[in-house]
Amino acid sequence: MTEATVRPALVVEGLAVTLGRGVHRRRVVSDVSFTVAPGKAVALVGESGSGKSVTARSLVGLAGDGADVTARALRYGNIDLSALDERAWRRLRGKDIGFVLQDALVSLDPLRVVGDEIAEALAAHGWGTAASRKRRVLELLDSVGIPEPELRARQRPDQLSGGLRQRALIATALALDPPILIADEPTTALDTTVQAQILALLETIKQRGTGLLIISHDLAVVSRIADEVVVLNHGEAMEQGPTAEVLSRPRHAYTRLLINSVPGARPRKPRAAPATTETVLEADGLVKSYVGPDGVDRVAVDDVGFALKAGRTIGIVGESGSGKSTTARIALGLLDPDHGAVRFDGAPWAGSGEARVRERDRRRQRPHLGVVYQDPLSSFDPRWTVAEILGDALDAGGVPAAEHATRIGELLERVRLPVETAGRRPLQLSGGQRQRIAIARSLAASPKVIVCDEPVSALDVSVQAQVLELLDELQRETGVAYLFISHDLGVIRQVSDEVLVMFGGRVVERGPTEEVLGNPQHLFTQKLVAAIPAHVAGLDAVGASLPG
Amino acid sequence: MTSPMTLSDALPGRAIASHIRIGRLPPASAVIPCLFLVLLILAAIEPRLFTAANPLAIAPREAFQPPGPAHLFGTDQSGRDIFTRVIYGARQSLLLGVGAVAVSMTLAIALGLIGGLGGRITQRAVGWTLDVLFSFPTLILALLFASHLGNGIGPLIIATGIGNVPGYARMVLGQVVSARHAGYVEAARALGHSPARIIRRHILPNAMRPLIVTVTMGIGQAIVWSSALSFLGLGAKPPAAEWGTMLSMGRDFVQRAWWVTFFPGLFIVLTTLSTTMVGRYLQRRLEGRLP
Repeated sequence: MTEATVRPALVVEGLAVTLGRGVHRRRVVSDVSFTVAPGKAVALVGESGSGKSVTARSLVGLAGDGADVTARALRYGNIDLSALDERAWRRLRGKDIGFVLQDALVSLDPLRVVGDEIAEALAAHGWGTAASRKRRVLELLDSVGIPEPELRARQRPDQLSGGLRQRALIATALALDPPILIADEPTTALDTTVQAQILALLETIKQRGTGLLIISHDLAVVSRIADEVVVLNHGEAMEQGPTAEVLSRPRHAYTRLLINSVPGARPRKPRAAPATTETVLEADGLVKSYVGPDGVDRVAVDDVGFALKAGRTIGIVGESGSGKSTTARIALGLLDPDHGAVRFDGAPWAGSGEARVRERDRRRQRPHLGVVYQDPLSSFDPRWTVAEILGDALDAGGVPAAEHATRIGELLERVRLPVETAGRRPLQLSGGQRQRIAIARSLAASPKVIVCDEPVSALDVSVQAQVLELLDELQRETGVAYLFISHDLGVIRQVSDEVLVMFGGRVVERGPTEEVLGNPQHLFTQKLVAAIPAHVAGLDAVGASLPG
Repeated sequence: MTSPMTLSDALPGRAIASHIRIGRLPPASAVIPCLFLVLLILAAIEPRLFTAANPLAIAPREAFQPPGPAHLFGTDQSGRDIFTRVIYGARQSLLLGVGAVAVSMTLAIALGLIGGLGGRITQRAVGWTLDVLFSFPTLILALLFASHLGNGIGPLIIATGIGNVPGYARMVLGQVVSARHAGYVEAARALGHSPARIIRRHILPNAMRPLIVTVTMGIGQAIVWSSALSFLGLGAKPPAAEWGTMLSMGRDFVQRAWWVTFFPGLFIVLTTLSTTMVGRYLQRRLEGRLP
């Protein structure tokens, strides 16, 4: 690794970025400094709007039209980046500083095979001949851990899985072996186990002597790979330093909030056993298959069952395609199972063949089975105000119109929103506020069960923690039971009494949450457990030392 | 299934959108066409506000007078005042435009709802029907109906209306299908609302909203189509004061007396242009506020 020692570093001092036009012009990044040295990884961590992506883009001259980037020093080796024109940037980008964009699906040309995409990155800098480029492409695909590179090089992005796409994108950025690699949210939107693979790949790249700058909203991801972390909030560095130090001894309140918000860092607060042990929602032997686009039957849900008691929470955890959302839809009575049956509140709710329940018979009971979706915005009629949305739900629950105004006030209070929210439209609210409205809607008719389908997956961590807290409080106040679907075992750990681990449509492991997490039996569960932040070095101690 | 086409696909351009939010007043590109349409509607209601002459009075001695102080737009082969005829033609043309759009929208909404809300087979049947109708150009389809229904304004409205059905129906169908699969529809189902209520309160309003713009622009389009039918001799009979018929009557004299065809043509163009501009203004307004 003698070469690594002479590789140049990326030095950023006092970076400031101003964006926007006219009255909208504002400073989005101010006075941010860090150094990306060869073989080291620096992480920029922050929530949406923290300015982390803008910072990264400024370092490759892509801050955008009208962006004003200034810095006391912005150096790559001996090159002053602040003095570069567009042509000089083009020579530098890719060759010296590689950039992995956030979304692999939209960042790769959908009509071009992956091999050509990477070869173009080489050709753009006049690297080698057509034949040597071809060899280099296969070499690169192999080095980022893509199996069968000859075959994959001839496939289009849509023919690859999410993990392979992300690897291909990283391969594109690595094509010219740049000394510095910037990765914007490299593991976001990937399943937990795939996330772990990509992190391992980045770790290898780092050890080969490349300097890494990782942009992420996810403290857990960062803690596994970064040597230094910069915590950004509203464009300012709240805190920075060696990762272990920042995570174990956070000095700034915002850092503490972020760490405290990481789901699953703390186990669920113990609570008194509910007064009744009545089973409110029960599923038995559910099977559902779909006809795939290739005409072959695919079993989405295979022999799934559970019994949810009043005031309790069952968590279903699994990756995309594991059948957890299909299970939720069957439990909601929105999809009929091929086999098996669901009982809600002591009466048949869904079944197959003879036992099929007509929608007409379900309708009266529906208000007592609430639902909260991952994307609340799309679950609201875009024409309606919050008051209309909640009024409609109260209507469904048979509340007379005269009482609507008071009840809407109560519902908003219950989800900790000011009463003025009633007059606004969901589009004008933040993600967390929208999810609170969705929860208020599901509460309108005093439900016995609420099915939560990835309710916090689209939210920033600190907002995520607040929403989970709210759900927990509501359960204690009203005794509602939750069927909680998530891909995130950390989230599940925080809310569930009992957990079902789904893999390939089957329940591979089940039991009381702490038991399953403490002693996972199935290989897949073990992988999931290994990936949850509570088990990540540094955070373990923090989680334990933080006050409840 | 055809993919649902949205208006933003059909009509790009939101460059002027920023103007709308800055000032309270709509931009001139919306105000001027609005004014023109208001004047046109006034002319349609009470043509005598604009002219005292009789649109059908002939004066053979004054045939082919060029535009001048006596006859603003000149006279035609029988000495009729073209300005008066254009003013009187406004009623017919607007009636045609609004009527034809009403006919096509009624049929299109019916087809779109049946196709969008029906089962798999119904949906496919409607899709095929539309595909077959689509293979005829609008004008040919309208001609087909006009030649069967006979002359006059009523048949003209129906023929033009039917000619436009496939295009509108496909748009309605796309909107209904996308509204039907929207998250809020499933949320309403989960709340226990009946299908009738979901259609009435969610699917219909959300599917129709983008069509406001289409309807506005469609009126101008329908005027062009019906004028074309009249020009071909399938609409109002001469010497009726209808813009398309006037075009048709003047075509033999284009060399000698350009004004006979020019002014009715100009008003067809201006009307279509105005409805299109108002439609695009509405589109930008609605798009700005909606997701």
